Amino acid sequence: MTSNNKFYSIIVGLAVLAYLATALVDNQYYFFAGFAILQLMIMALAWNILGGYVGYVNFGSAAFFGLGAYAAIFVMEYFKADLFTQIITAGCFSAIVGLATGALTLRLRGVYFAIATLALLVVSETLILNWDYVGGAAGAYILPKRNPTVLGLLIVGKENALFGNYKELLFFVLCIFGLVTIVICRLIERSKFGRGLEALRDNEQAAESMGVPTLRLKLIATTISASIMGFTGGVFPYYMTFIDPISAFNLDISVNALAMPLIGGTATWLGPVLGAVVLGTLQQIATVTISSEINLLIVGLFLVGFVIFAPDGFLGLIKKFRNRGD
Amino acid sequence: MTVLEVNKLTKKFGGFTALSDINLEVKPGERLGLIGPNGSGKTTLINCVSGTIRDYQGEVVFNGENLNNLVAHKRARRGISRSFQIPKPFSSMTVKQNLLIPLEYAVTAEQLDGLTIEEHADKIMEDLELKDKSDDLTGGLTQIEMRKLELARAMALKPQLLISDEAMAGLSSSEVDDILKILIALNEATKITIVMIEHIMRAVMSFSERVVCLDAGKVIANSTPNEVIKNPAVEKAYLGE
Repeated sequence: MTSNNKFYSIIVGLAVLAYLATALVDNQYYFFAGFAILQLMIMALAWNILGGYVGYVNFGSAAFFGLGAYAAIFVMEYFKADLFTQIITAGCFSAIVGLATGALTLRLRGVYFAIATLALLVVSETLILNWDYVGGAAGAYILPKRNPTVLGLLIVGKENALFGNYKELLFFVLCIFGLVTIVICRLIERSKFGRGLEALRDNEQAAESMGVPTLRLKLIATTISASIMGFTGGVFPYYMTFIDPISAFNLDISVNALAMPLIGGTATWLGPVLGAVVLGTLQQIATVTISSEINLLIVGLFLVGFVIFAPDGFLGLIKKFRNRGD
Repeated sequence: MTVLEVNKLTKKFGGFTALSDINLEVKPGERLGLIGPNGSGKTTLINCVSGTIRDYQGEVVFNGENLNNLVAHKRARRGISRSFQIPKPFSSMTVKQNLLIPLEYAVTAEQLDGLTIEEHADKIMEDLELKDKSDDLTGGLTQIEMRKLELARAMALKPQLLISDEAMAGLSSSEVDDILKILIALNEATKITIVMIEHIMRAVMSFSERVVCLDAGKVIANSTPNEVIKNPAVEKAYLGE
């Protein structure tokens, strides 16, 4: 079996496993914890497309996430759109914002770019705080549709439905989306586009002089990254059934999105996945056993530890031990 | 017939004029030396030609086409290639992967003469004696290997004009001879035009068919190597009154 076949078999296997879990596991907490870890993983993978592959540190992940969430709220309010339309609109809207932000900020480098993305977060949050149509500062409640159907098929219901409740459905949706994001990241890494990103991360001036259209590649990377964050944000309001600007544009989302890849390793898709799964699980354990307030402390301590002792993250450590073994 | 024409090129950084009204013509296949004391504007000039700097006055014409509106990667695709004074390798890649970037992004299928980009990269590494370093990361290369990589990567672009920016800085005398041999061989085999910026006079004089000397952003000499070296203005620029 080629490595490609193996990879896609695992992806399909995981998707099937996720669906079986929704059918077989009764304890709803596992779906709650799984949802939180998947959200961290997808945000980390999306951040890594710009931060890891291109080397542009984005502090505004929560802006793309929050704008996705509120785009979903808007189409729900205005068009009475269903869940899937909301999610797709969220991704598309964040993609457009990502492209526009990229066009305005990608000529900046280093810390200036990071500050510009942080500014985007503040501006987005302020706009939503003052827009009453989507709930403003008070937030908005989402009442999930009873017995939703797609092509005559009952999606959520007590009997003869694909899922027993919305939590299971949303867990499965995010699981599939997480797997798709992994596939997207792997395809990028193995493509001409990915090699161009790597060249411009190593040296932008040299890459441009070697025929690499650096600005265009950065814009594409920002758009893909922002749209994935938007999609993730689009699922969020439905899952929480309540949303307000403070939670949707929370700086924790940005910090987690960049901390997971830095702890896992930024070189390939496996780094953010490892970082998010390990740290996300730790956070869930800490939430249950100690307090949810300790979550960011765990991430902070890991981040400081890895930056000092293992700057290439888990992936770097694994590589080091493997080389030692040889 | 010229491959490169620079007309009335002026570049200012704030109140400082780095280049002032530069006019320059380079013929196809020519080996041109560009000399001048530190700060005379040599690197700024090639930054303007290659498109790294675009907010200049005047015009850069390549093969009859005005390049002023073209960004650097488009100029590279037109056939202008450069090496950097301080080597700028793609450090997370191997030597061969460094060469594959321009081959993948800037070279058309017709330019490859039926070879794959991999075969083409192998051929360039052979020409520049880098074949045994093919799979090495650039961090482990010696100074001369790094310089050769800069030239190899610039050659991988299949350029019509190669601008070599101080490719011999920091090299020993025998290493300078090595690089000179490579550059002359490239010029003779591929008939590409080479502009060499260099401080090592022995290298410039033996390499160049014509030498242009810049001082304080102005062309002060433009002639054969022997005439330029005897030019009192050049002597003054380098040694003072």
